[in-house]
Amino acid sequence: MLAESLALTAALFTIGVVGVLIHRNAIIIFMCVELMLTAVNLTFVAFSRFYGTAGQVFVVFVMTVSAAEAAVGLAIIIAIFRHRQTVDLKNINLLKG
Amino acid sequence: MFLQTAVSAAAVAHPLSGTIAEWVWLLPVLPLAGFVINGLLSLNSAHFGPADPNVPDHHSSEGGAEALAIAHAEEAGEAGDKHHAVKRHRWAGVVSVVGPGVLILSFLLALGIWQAMAATHPEAPFIQRYFSWMPAGDLQIDAALQLDQLSMVMILVVTGVGALIHVFSVGYMRDDPGYPRYFSYLNLFVFFMLVLVLGANYPVLFVGWEGVGLCSYLLIGFWFNDKVNADAGKKAFILNRIGDFGFLVAMFMLFANIGVLDFIGVSAKAGDLVAGSPLITAICLFMFLGCTGKSAQIPLYVWLPDAMAGPTPVSALIHAATMVTAGVYLIARSSFLFSLSPVASLTVAVVGVITAIFAATIGLKQWDIKKVLAYSTISQLGYMFVGVGVGAYVSGMFHLVTHSFFKALLFLGSGSVIHAMHAAYHQTHSAEDAQDMRNMGGLRRYLPITFVLMWIATLAISGIPLLSGFFSKDEILASVFARAHGSTLASASWLGIPGGTLLYVIYGIGLAAAFLTAIYMTRLMLYTFHGPVRTGTQEEQHLHEPPWIMTSTLVILGILTVFGGWLNLPEVITDVVPLGPLELLTHWLDPVVGPATARITAGAAQVPATTEQALIGAAVVIAVAGIVFAIARLKPDRVPRKRDAVPEEGFERLVANKYYVDEALDQTIVIPTYAVSRNFLWRFVDNGLIDGLFVNGSAALARGFGWVGSRLQTGNVGIYAWVLVVGVLAMLGAFTLR
Amino acid sequence: MEPHYPLFYVFHFYLFGVIALASAIAFVTRKNPVTAALWLVNTMFSLAALYVMLDAQFIGVIQVLLYAGAIMVVFLFVVMLLNLGHPSELADLRGTGWRLAAGLVGLGLLSEIMVIIRAKLPQQLIVPRDFNDQQLQKLNAVGTIAAPLFKDYLLAFELTSVLLLVAIAGAVVLGRGRTVSAR
Repeated sequence: MLAESLALTAALFTIGVVGVLIHRNAIIIFMCVELMLTAVNLTFVAFSRFYGTAGQVFVVFVMTVSAAEAAVGLAIIIAIFRHRQTVDLKNINLLKG
Repeated sequence: MFLQTAVSAAAVAHPLSGTIAEWVWLLPVLPLAGFVINGLLSLNSAHFGPADPNVPDHHSSEGGAEALAIAHAEEAGEAGDKHHAVKRHRWAGVVSVVGPGVLILSFLLALGIWQAMAATHPEAPFIQRYFSWMPAGDLQIDAALQLDQLSMVMILVVTGVGALIHVFSVGYMRDDPGYPRYFSYLNLFVFFMLVLVLGANYPVLFVGWEGVGLCSYLLIGFWFNDKVNADAGKKAFILNRIGDFGFLVAMFMLFANIGVLDFIGVSAKAGDLVAGSPLITAICLFMFLGCTGKSAQIPLYVWLPDAMAGPTPVSALIHAATMVTAGVYLIARSSFLFSLSPVASLTVAVVGVITAIFAATIGLKQWDIKKVLAYSTISQLGYMFVGVGVGAYVSGMFHLVTHSFFKALLFLGSGSVIHAMHAAYHQTHSAEDAQDMRNMGGLRRYLPITFVLMWIATLAISGIPLLSGFFSKDEILASVFARAHGSTLASASWLGIPGGTLLYVIYGIGLAAAFLTAIYMTRLMLYTFHGPVRTGTQEEQHLHEPPWIMTSTLVILGILTVFGGWLNLPEVITDVVPLGPLELLTHWLDPVVGPATARITAGAAQVPATTEQALIGAAVVIAVAGIVFAIARLKPDRVPRKRDAVPEEGFERLVANKYYVDEALDQTIVIPTYAVSRNFLWRFVDNGLIDGLFVNGSAALARGFGWVGSRLQTGNVGIYAWVLVVGVLAMLGAFTLR
Repeated sequence: MEPHYPLFYVFHFYLFGVIALASAIAFVTRKNPVTAALWLVNTMFSLAALYVMLDAQFIGVIQVLLYAGAIMVVFLFVVMLLNLGHPSELADLRGTGWRLAAGLVGLGLLSEIMVIIRAKLPQQLIVPRDFNDQQLQKLNAVGTIAAPLFKDYLLAFELTSVLLLVAIAGAVVLGRGRTVSAR
C-alpha cells in the first residue's frame, strides 16, 4: 500500500499547488495550502506504517502548526479585508515598487 | 667587482686573462658615460615648449624669428659676420671634449687590447661573464662579452672610424642648437655597436642590434621638426623591425633545436645538426632576413636612401661604416651555421650580388650627392654579402674594413662640400638645394684638399690597383671564382640551378657591378668638382675649404684608404711583387672562421696562379674602362642647374625614380595596411567589438538584468506564488535529472 | 515486503483514495468559497478513513476532529463573517491562459515527484512487518503516539505549545482591529 499511498499523496499535493496558482481569492488559496499540508500528513502516516510510530508523532505536530497557521492567517485576512474591502489578490499589492 | 672569468674547456686560464683584455668592459662603458654626460647637458639646457631652442628650423620654410636667427647663426662661422651674431650652444665646449674624447679613449684601449692579443695569439675566445641575465629553466643566458679576433677587427673599425667621425662632427655640427643631443646619441650608438660586436651570445648581440636601430632612428630624425626627416627615421626603424623578426625566429629555432644560444655552445653543437637540412637552412635564412633589414639588402633596403635626411657624419658612421655592416658581422660570426647550409649561403650570395647591381644602376641617375653615396653603400654591402655568402668570410670582413675607410671618407668629403654649399647659400639667402650635384660643379678650385681625397676614395672604390678597395673587391671576386668548382657550394643546387654555374654567374654580375660602380663614382666627381661652377656667381665667393678639424680627419681616412689594402695581400700578388706581409687578416681571423671556410672549400681545387692574374687583370681593365667611359660620355658642361633641369623621360626616369620601388611598396603594403587598420581594426574591432560589445555591452547587460529584476517586483502576491512554485519545479528538476 | 492484503481491504483503500482525489479536484475547481470548503471537508473525511486503514487510528480520529471539525469550521466562519459567499461579484479564477499554465506546472510537478519517489523508494523495508502490531499490543492506540511524543520529542512538543500560545495571541491582536469597518 505504500506506493499507492505515495501516489495519492503526490496527486493531492499537486492539486493543492495548482489551486494556489489558479485562484485569486485569498481564502481559497489558504484552503489549498491546508490541502497540501494534509497530503504531507498522508505521507507521514503511510511511511509510519512501515517505519514505526515516529511518523504519526510528526503528524500531530503538523496538524498543530497547521491549526495555528490557519488561525493567524485568517486573522490577517480579516485585517486586510477591513482596510481594502476585498480579498482579491489583485488588489493586495502594497509591495509593488 | 663582479667579474667572473670563464675557464676554458681545458681548465687552463686563457692567455689573455690578467692582461689589459680584462678591461674589455670599459670599451662600451666609455661611450655610455659620454652618452650620459652629453645627455644630461642637453637636458639641462633644454627649454621645452613652443620656443624650443634645441630644435632648429634647418630645412623648413616657416619659423619664428628666433629659430631663423639660430638657423642663420649655424652657418655664420666662428667669428660671425656682419649680419648675425653667433649663438653656439652653452655647453658646446664641454661636449666637444667629452664626445670625441670618450671615443678616442676607447680607441686607445682597443689598441692596447689588440696589442695583447697580437702578443699572445689566443686560439679560443676570451669570455668575460658578468652576471646571469636570463636563467629560465633550460634557457641560460648570461650577460657576457666575448673577445676574439673577429670582434677585435670590428672594435678597431668602430672605435677608430668612430673617433674620426666624432672629431669631424665637432666642426660640422658646430653651430647646431642640438649639439649635446647629437653627441649623446652618437655616443649611445657607439655603445650599442660595441655591445653588438662584443656580445658572447645571440641575445646580447641582439640587444646591441636593437640599440643601434634605435640610435639610427634618433639620429636620422635628428632635425625632427621637418616631417620628412621624422618619416625617414620611422621608415628606417620599421624596416629594421621586420628584419629583427627574422632574427628572432632564427634564435627561437636555434634554441628549440640546440638548446644553447652562446656562440661557443652553438659552434660546438652545430655539428649535431644535419648539414644541408631544411632546419639549418631555415635558421640561416631567417637570420639573413635580419641582415637584409639591418644592412639594407633587397628587399629591406628602401630605408637607407631616405636615411640621408640625417646629418652627414651620421650617414658616414652609421650608414656606411658601422651599423649597416652589422649584418655582415653577424654572418661571419655565425659562420659555423652558414657553412653547414650551402643553400642558405648561396641565397646570401645571390641576394648580395643582385642588390649590388640593382643599387648600382639606381646610383647612376641620382642627383643628390648623398643619395649616390647611399646607393653606393647598398651596392658595396652587396659585395660583402657575396663574400660571406660564398664562405669567404675573411674577404667579406676585409671589404668591410676597407669600405669603412673609403666610404667614410666619401661621406665626410661630401659633408665638406655640403658644408661649403650651405654656407654659401645662407650668405646669399638662397633657397637652392645644397646637396644637389646640378647646383655644384668646379668645386675643385675652392675645396682642393677635399677634391684630392675624394678622388683617392673614388679610385679605391672602383678598384684601381694598390688602393685598398682593389685588394678587397678582387679578393671577393676571386673567392667566388675559386669556389665555383669543387666546393660544397658548387655541388649544391639552388632552386634547381647547379651551384657551380650560379657562382660563375655571380662572378659575372659582380664584374658588371664593378663597371657601374666606377661609372657612377666618376660621374659624382665630375659633376661635383669638375666642369663649370653652377653654384652661381654670388655664392662662389663664399665657398671655402672647411676648418682643419674637419679636413684632418679626411686626411687620416685618406691615408687609411691608400694603405688599407696591406691588411690582406694575396699570394698571387706578393709572389710577383713583394709588397709586404702575406694575408695578415686571413691569419688573424683563422681561429674564428677558419673551420667554417675549410668546410666550404673542402675539395675545391686551387685556382692556378695564371688564371688568378688574368682575373685580376680583367677587373682592373673593367675599372679603368668604367672611369674612362664616364669621363668620355658625361659632359659636366651640359648639366643644367637644378632649377633649370628638365624631367627625365622613359627608362631614365624609371631609374631616377629608383624603379618606383617605394611607390610599389606603398601601394601593395602600406596603403592596404592603413586600410585594414582603419576600417577593420579600428572601426570594427576597437569601436565596434571592444567598445560596443564588451564595454557598452556589459553595461547594457547589467541594465537589462536590472530591468528584469525590477519587473519581478510587482507587489502582486499571486505572482510571487507563481515564482515560488516555478522555482520549486526547477529545483526538483535538478534532482530528477540526477 | 508488504503483506498480502485481502480484497476487501484493497477495494476500500482504492475507494477512499478515489473519493479523496475527486473531492480535491472538485474543491479546486469551485468558485464559491463555501462550496469549496465543503468539498475540502469531504477530502478530509476520506483521508481520515485512509489513516485508519493504515493503522493510524488516533490520527484518523483527530484528523476529523481537528481538520474537519475545527480548521475548516474556522474557514467557513471567516467566509461567512466577511460575506464572501456570493461568487457573482468575483471572477474568482484567473484567465484561461493562466489556468493552462498552472495545469502544465502541475503536471510537471507531479511527474517530477513520481520520478523521485520511484528512484528513492526503498525496496527493502527494515522493520518487521508486525512492528506496529507489537506496539499496539503493548500500549493502546493512544499510547503508541504518546510514548514517543513525551519521551523522544518532548522538546518539540513544548515548542509547539509555545507556538500555539503565540498564535492565539497573534490571532486575537490581528483580529481586533482599531477601526470599525463599514458594512
